[in-house]
Amino acid sequence: MTNKQNPDTQQNVIGRSVPRVDAPHKATGKALYTADMKLPGMLYGKLLRSPVPHARILNIDVSKASSLPGVKDVIIGKDTPGIKYGNWRLFPQTQDEFPLAMEKVRFIGDEVAAVAAIDPDIAEEAVGLIRVDYEELPAVFSVDEALAPGAPLIHDEIEELEGNISIDRNIDVGDLEAAFARADLVLDDTFTLHAVSHAYLEPCAVLAQPDTEDRLTLWTSTQTPYIVQCLLASTLGLPENHVRVIKPHVGGGFGGKMELRPWDFCAAFMARRTGRPVKFVLSRTEELATGRRRHAIKIRSKVGFKKDGTLVAKDFEAYLDGGAYNSMGPTATFLCGNFGAMLYRYPAYRYRGYHVYTNNPPAGAMRGFGAPQAMYVSETQMNIAAKELDIDPIDLRLKNAMVTGDAIEGVTKISSAGFVESLQKVAEMSGWKEKHAAMPPNKGMGIGCYSFISGGVFNWFNTPYHFSACEVRAYDDGTVHLLTMASDIGQGSDTILRQILAQSLGISVENIRITSADTTMTPKADLGTWGSRVTLMNGNAILDAARKIKENLAQIVSLKFNLNVIHEIAFADGRVFAKLKPERGISFAEAVAMWVTANRGRELTVRGYYTPRDKGLTTPAYSFGAQVAEIAVDPDTGIVTVEKITTAHDCGTVINPMAVEGQLEGSIQMGLGYVLSEKFVMRDGKTLNTTFLDYKIPSAEDMPQIESCAIETYEPEGPYGAKEAGEGLAIPTAPAVAHAVFEATGYRCKELPITPEKILRATGKLME
Amino acid sequence: MNKEILLFVNDREQKIVTDPQRTLLEVLREDLKLTGTNFGCNEGLCGACTVLIDGEPNHSCMVRIGEVEYKWITTIEGLAKGEKLHPVQQAFLDEEAFQCGYCTPGMILNAVALLQKYPNPTDEQIIEWMNGNICRCNGYPKIISAIRRAVKLIKEDK
Ligand code: FES
Ligand code: FES
Repeated sequence: MTNKQNPDTQQNVIGRSVPRVDAPHKATGKALYTADMKLPGMLYGKLLRSPVPHARILNIDVSKASSLPGVKDVIIGKDTPGIKYGNWRLFPQTQDEFPLAMEKVRFIGDEVAAVAAIDPDIAEEAVGLIRVDYEELPAVFSVDEALAPGAPLIHDEIEELEGNISIDRNIDVGDLEAAFARADLVLDDTFTLHAVSHAYLEPCAVLAQPDTEDRLTLWTSTQTPYIVQCLLASTLGLPENHVRVIKPHVGGGFGGKMELRPWDFCAAFMARRTGRPVKFVLSRTEELATGRRRHAIKIRSKVGFKKDGTLVAKDFEAYLDGGAYNSMGPTATFLCGNFGAMLYRYPAYRYRGYHVYTNNPPAGAMRGFGAPQAMYVSETQMNIAAKELDIDPIDLRLKNAMVTGDAIEGVTKISSAGFVESLQKVAEMSGWKEKHAAMPPNKGMGIGCYSFISGGVFNWFNTPYHFSACEVRAYDDGTVHLLTMASDIGQGSDTILRQILAQSLGISVENIRITSADTTMTPKADLGTWGSRVTLMNGNAILDAARKIKENLAQIVSLKFNLNVIHEIAFADGRVFAKLKPERGISFAEAVAMWVTANRGRELTVRGYYTPRDKGLTTPAYSFGAQVAEIAVDPDTGIVTVEKITTAHDCGTVINPMAVEGQLEGSIQMGLGYVLSEKFVMRDGKTLNTTFLDYKIPSAEDMPQIESCAIETYEPEGPYGAKEAGEGLAIPTAPAVAHAVFEATGYRCKELPITPEKILRATGKLME
Repeated sequence: MNKEILLFVNDREQKIVTDPQRTLLEVLREDLKLTGTNFGCNEGLCGACTVLIDGEPNHSCMVRIGEVEYKWITTIEGLAKGEKLHPVQQAFLDEEAFQCGYCTPGMILNAVALLQKYPNPTDEQIIEWMNGNICRCNGYPKIISAIRRAVKLIKEDK
């Protein structure tokens, strides 16, 4: 449908480190984040959260809070329309959240009431004056407890549910029993993967302004303005079009900002009640204690190999601790199963995935949701098998690696894969063969690999619109305006999307202005930034729009120069011309001007769309990669130092090398936190470490030396051959480091994170 | 109890009547509308709110406004000289040392202070100095290279 290769153009905007559009504002403090905004008459909102993990609400008394001077509004669940919401609109029974608790609270931190006051201190004080009587109910804090016979039902109000499993997912490929019967080696391991925080540096914030005519504008720190618009409208009982959602600059998201959240609703609802703007800014403690997190998952994986290393079968069972609500858990349950079967060819594969309610804070989407956990397990088992079978871990992978054209029956197809090349390259760059065999004592070298989706094809949001859309307006001064709901949350999509459009129209990036992520300005719709979908999906929508612009302008130029139909019209260097007779052409600006005249004053404005159709159940395209970690362990303290990380990865065509590098380095940081330092300390559903002092994010001194190489494949479904580079890279560091730790110490980690204590116990330096 | 406090912010005298217990961060953002100084934790643990007080880097979320009477405060808004960016800002742009940019003002100011103290820092000095500033997006290597580049830019400037 779109011209992918664009052979017309000589210039090269693709593959260039075009600086970010917003960079100067960010370096000078001018970039506006939601919390920076202030409106006349603005009120400050605060939330009252449940102090208990599971309870029935008997009574709420807000009288003291309401009469505190300066308080303008206090709301509880009963004041609201009481409409449930959730991202998985396709299955209404999965929409299990109320903006404010109605009958019950289900985790410590569940939102119970909200206050709006003339200053934040008064709002805080008022929150403290609200009295809630709870009737505490038995609570469960692990998947095992939640699934035990007689366990309390967390969502007893959802009729379709019998227990605490909110959604399940099965995959069955091939004859599992027969396949295992052929295996020479069968591994059967259980892994415990833990929850971690997105820890985006900007805490969530929202500002709602009531409009004239009963409408509403919301500025919110989100990855998904369209999702917020739809769900906010439905919970308020308003038409979607009456809600305008604008995304200001966002200080990171990593999956944690892709839903309607209670503060969005409360700001909007109280703004309408008071007629004044209302702002909420969360604290770091609220974020860490009650915010979304990566799913803790218990995975049992049984995998069979032939003596020569050939994989024969895998039986993969995952129990996701979803916490109190579904959030993006159903997607994580799907992806976990999908990625259990990725990277290698499994002739037989069985997946049973269960998303389980507990009274822990809800988990949500976090960079790779479901995939990092699945691939930690798969990659660790590959390393165990390599040892058992006495085969080099990279050779074992090469033997089973997926290649272009492979498929998981009924689930997905691989349209491009640079996995084999990534493995070979990372082996070469890291000097694997020589070094791995001869590591000095207390040093280790390990490998981990990954694959990830470039956007999902499953329409869980049940959008009636295209998955991605954009509008392109071309003007007679040679400039172009791109409008899109794709959301730049720091990853740089505003820049990348301009590059794609510039390349396609043969004009310079500087001539493209972008307006993004404002639901009244940009066409419906775009599902936003998650699942590494923006480059591929919005990029394709842009190519569609560019094609339409070019059709229009090509006609004009053909007419002017009397070119017959066999002439191809090229767009390059700001000109529109006959490809084989470049002198027959005019500037892009002139072509637009002529088009406008020829069309009696109409504007040259087009819309482009993209929806993945007939692309299996998962994604149009997969990234791949392999990473080697080199570490040292202090035998006395058990402290792990990661010395070097080498990565070779296939993200298709690299559109902006600097942006890809940034993603890689950030991913390594997050991966190191996941495997070595980050962990929630929980007691009976309460998060005990709620500051950055004891929730330890890697800092500058924790970073290893980093080397990387992009293996460029050409993805037929991607714009200019591109696919994702934002999430998959966050996956391999954990298994690679864990493998290196095993090589150095003999400690095989099946329960993340790796701590000095666990290492010392395993090496006999610390007794029980 | 409110008090009149005189201080100098980005080379301009400011007279503020306020509760001396309020944080410098809050006064900068709310009263002086200097929202370039961000906050990630409000408890001195992330560095996003770093400003210079008499040239020394400080977490403005941990400083009471009453403590900075008569002091010179530099925020991200005060670094550029007219159109010309401070070399550290320029270096952050050249190396693209940020993604979401939320940590950036604090990073830049802390780096400015580092280079005032050590004009030729070793990598170890850079890392040690910058260690209190968290960046969740970029994983630090580009920030470190930006500081190395800034060293050069400052020399060329002279
Ligand atoms: S906001 Fe001041 S150190 Fe985090
Ligand atoms: S660039 Fe996002 S936190 Fe540093």
